[in-house]
Amino acid sequence: MSWLLVLIKSALLLFVVITTFAYAMLFERKIMGWMQLRPGPNRVGPWGLLQPAADAVKMLFKEDLTPSTADPLIYKLAPFISLVSAFGAYAIIPWSEPRPGDIWSIGNVNAGILFIFALTAIGVYGVSLGGWASGSKYPLLGSVRATAQMISYELAMTMSVIGVLIVAGTTSLAGIVHAQQRIWFVIPQLIGFAIYFVTAVAETNRAPFDLVEADAELVAGFHTEYSGLRFGLFFIAEYVNMLTVSCVATLLFFGGWNAPFGWTFIPGIVWFILKVLFFIFCYIWLRATMPRFRYDRLMAFGWKVLLPVATLNLIATAVVVAVKG
Amino acid sequence: MKNGVPRGRMRKHLYNVGALFRGLATVFGFMFMRKPTIGYPSVKKQHAPRFHGLHELRRYGDGKERCIGCELCAIACPANAITVIGAENTPSDRRSPGERYAARYEIDELRCIFCGMCEEACPTDAIVLTPRFEMSDYRRGSFIYAKDRLLVPPEAGVGTPPDERPGGIPADLGEVAEIKSTTDIDKGYSATYRGQILKTQRRGLAG
Amino acid sequence: MTLFWILGVLLVASAVFVISQRKPVYSVVGLLFHFAVLAVFFLTLNAEFLAVIQIVIYSGATLILFVFVIALLSSGVAPFSVGPNRMPKAAIPAGLIAFVALALVVYGILRAPLVNAPRAATTSIPGAVGAPNVFGSVADFGKALFTTHLLPFEMTAFILMVAVIGVVALAGETTPFVPSLRRARIIEREMREALLRGGEE
Ligand code: SF4
Ligand code: SF4
Repeated sequence: MSWLLVLIKSALLLFVVITTFAYAMLFERKIMGWMQLRPGPNRVGPWGLLQPAADAVKMLFKEDLTPSTADPLIYKLAPFISLVSAFGAYAIIPWSEPRPGDIWSIGNVNAGILFIFALTAIGVYGVSLGGWASGSKYPLLGSVRATAQMISYELAMTMSVIGVLIVAGTTSLAGIVHAQQRIWFVIPQLIGFAIYFVTAVAETNRAPFDLVEADAELVAGFHTEYSGLRFGLFFIAEYVNMLTVSCVATLLFFGGWNAPFGWTFIPGIVWFILKVLFFIFCYIWLRATMPRFRYDRLMAFGWKVLLPVATLNLIATAVVVAVKG
Repeated sequence: MKNGVPRGRMRKHLYNVGALFRGLATVFGFMFMRKPTIGYPSVKKQHAPRFHGLHELRRYGDGKERCIGCELCAIACPANAITVIGAENTPSDRRSPGERYAARYEIDELRCIFCGMCEEACPTDAIVLTPRFEMSDYRRGSFIYAKDRLLVPPEAGVGTPPDERPGGIPADLGEVAEIKSTTDIDKGYSATYRGQILKTQRRGLAG
Repeated sequence: MTLFWILGVLLVASAVFVISQRKPVYSVVGLLFHFAVLAVFFLTLNAEFLAVIQIVIYSGATLILFVFVIALLSSGVAPFSVGPNRMPKAAIPAGLIAFVALALVVYGILRAPLVNAPRAATTSIPGAVGAPNVFGSVADFGKALFTTHLLPFEMTAFILMVAVIGVVALAGETTPFVPSLRRARIIEREMREALLRGGEE
């Protein structure tokens, strides 16, 4: 019975996440358009609301090419690694206060946040194997960059999150949100939040850290050779990852489902969604504003600025927490 | 201060971080600005009347063709886009006021660079470029515009024909060129003023 | 128990897959799968933390470097083609030793009493998370690491540190000349002036 429930919830969640992805994409294109003095997609349906459906149909019917130099097995496997690891994170994200008979999240894993890190770690394989297996130069360069970038920034990201874990005293996401009932962690952990935000942009390979794709120099980076549905899978994974890091930022630093100013008349899930939307908007805003980093600057920034600052922040947090209690 | 950037290492860093946020603010402001985009297929831009678009072969006020088949436009055309084959007018079948008329007149709009030289060269203001610009089609053949699509209908003629004037010189030179498109169907925006014909002509070379 | 056997078979199969592949990338994929199954093993013991750390450290950091090296070096071809006759003489004794060691391990496992891990409540209440006295909890793990197993832990850290220093010493021997920004500007100006002079002559 409980298995059935989990299955139904997963299916529902998958549907919700995919729809959210589709509309996040539309949202991005619209916002980017407005920021670049364009109206954005507005042809399919009223205000372009059916654009995602049109895109999906286009993706499905495009030819699925496999280059002759590609390693066919891994070439086909890679998008799925990306996708599965991207979706996996949603199994444990608590949308709202977990209660007995709670309907909003599937599982409450004790090592919640670490579980998300583990999935991110596996997600890197999709990018790196996909780029390698394509059997051509640009994807290979893209994937090598991706690998280096993601493992470099993951370090700083983990460091910035551990600060929150120390303050909250738990690794469970629901527990972290509970610990924020009095004050959102963005205030005591402002530096941690700044680092998390920057590294999250880098982890999801979005502008200004989209060195992995860098259209100007690498065509499309690791997914240059992919087309049709397989490209679509990578695309979905990218956006879903963006949603994930937005959710995690909300949970860790912005109080999850907790209402600000004690406005509890609006249900927690609405607050949660609003906060996630805000982060997504910030991502889009950044992308519309910032030019791309140079690769050596990116590495220097990650290792020489973010990592030391994150470590110092971690040590300071640990000392303060130890002294206080 | 050099180019507004303060001196000093720390202050420079702060300035640069501030610049990030100023950039973000600028872009945020852009979001609410009026968008200059014209939603093309539903809203069409009104081009200037002298815009160099699709050609038109015109007639005099009494319905006679202006073109006298002199081939000057074909010679002037830098893209060799025009083919004129002239023929003699006969008293029973007078197409134009002059001795000759254009039996065939074709412009390959794919070769044409819309320079307007043909219009400059024409002694009778017969060929003009109009602001029509929607010419896209699926077949190369349909880009060769012949008289059936270039020549305006008889009722759209303008100006006095030279027959009615001593010396045979048209009195309206220059004036008519100002008017540009003499057919004002659809404000000059459909590819041809005879859309119906276009559809049947699409199948093969127009001619 | 069935889960144990299924996972065990998968684990051994993926391990065999790893060493039997010609293409290094296939080995990596096999190893990735192997680690994932191992993590599930930890999960069946309710050691969530270990399971996750297993993936984060081994898949997220170590194995990805393998991919990195493979991507940079071999571009798909097996690095050495081992012919049938090139098996070194040492292979037979090495194989024997490995076999004996494996047999010993299997014997040891069969002798050991099966530990029934205490099952923590699957729907744990937030707040009680990471609390001590739950098998495999973060608190227990940390405590064990910094008290009972402090010496091995510090030794490992020391060895890793030595390795890092060694790598830096080996790789950093031939530091290329990287001019500072100031120096680079001077060089650039000199070059420009030289060019200008060359133009005048
Ligand atoms: S506009 Fe220029 S290119 Fe086109 S037909 Fe006239 S002379 Fe030739
Ligand atoms: S269009 Fe003008 S220039 Fe061309 S053949 Fe006719 S009269 Fe001569």
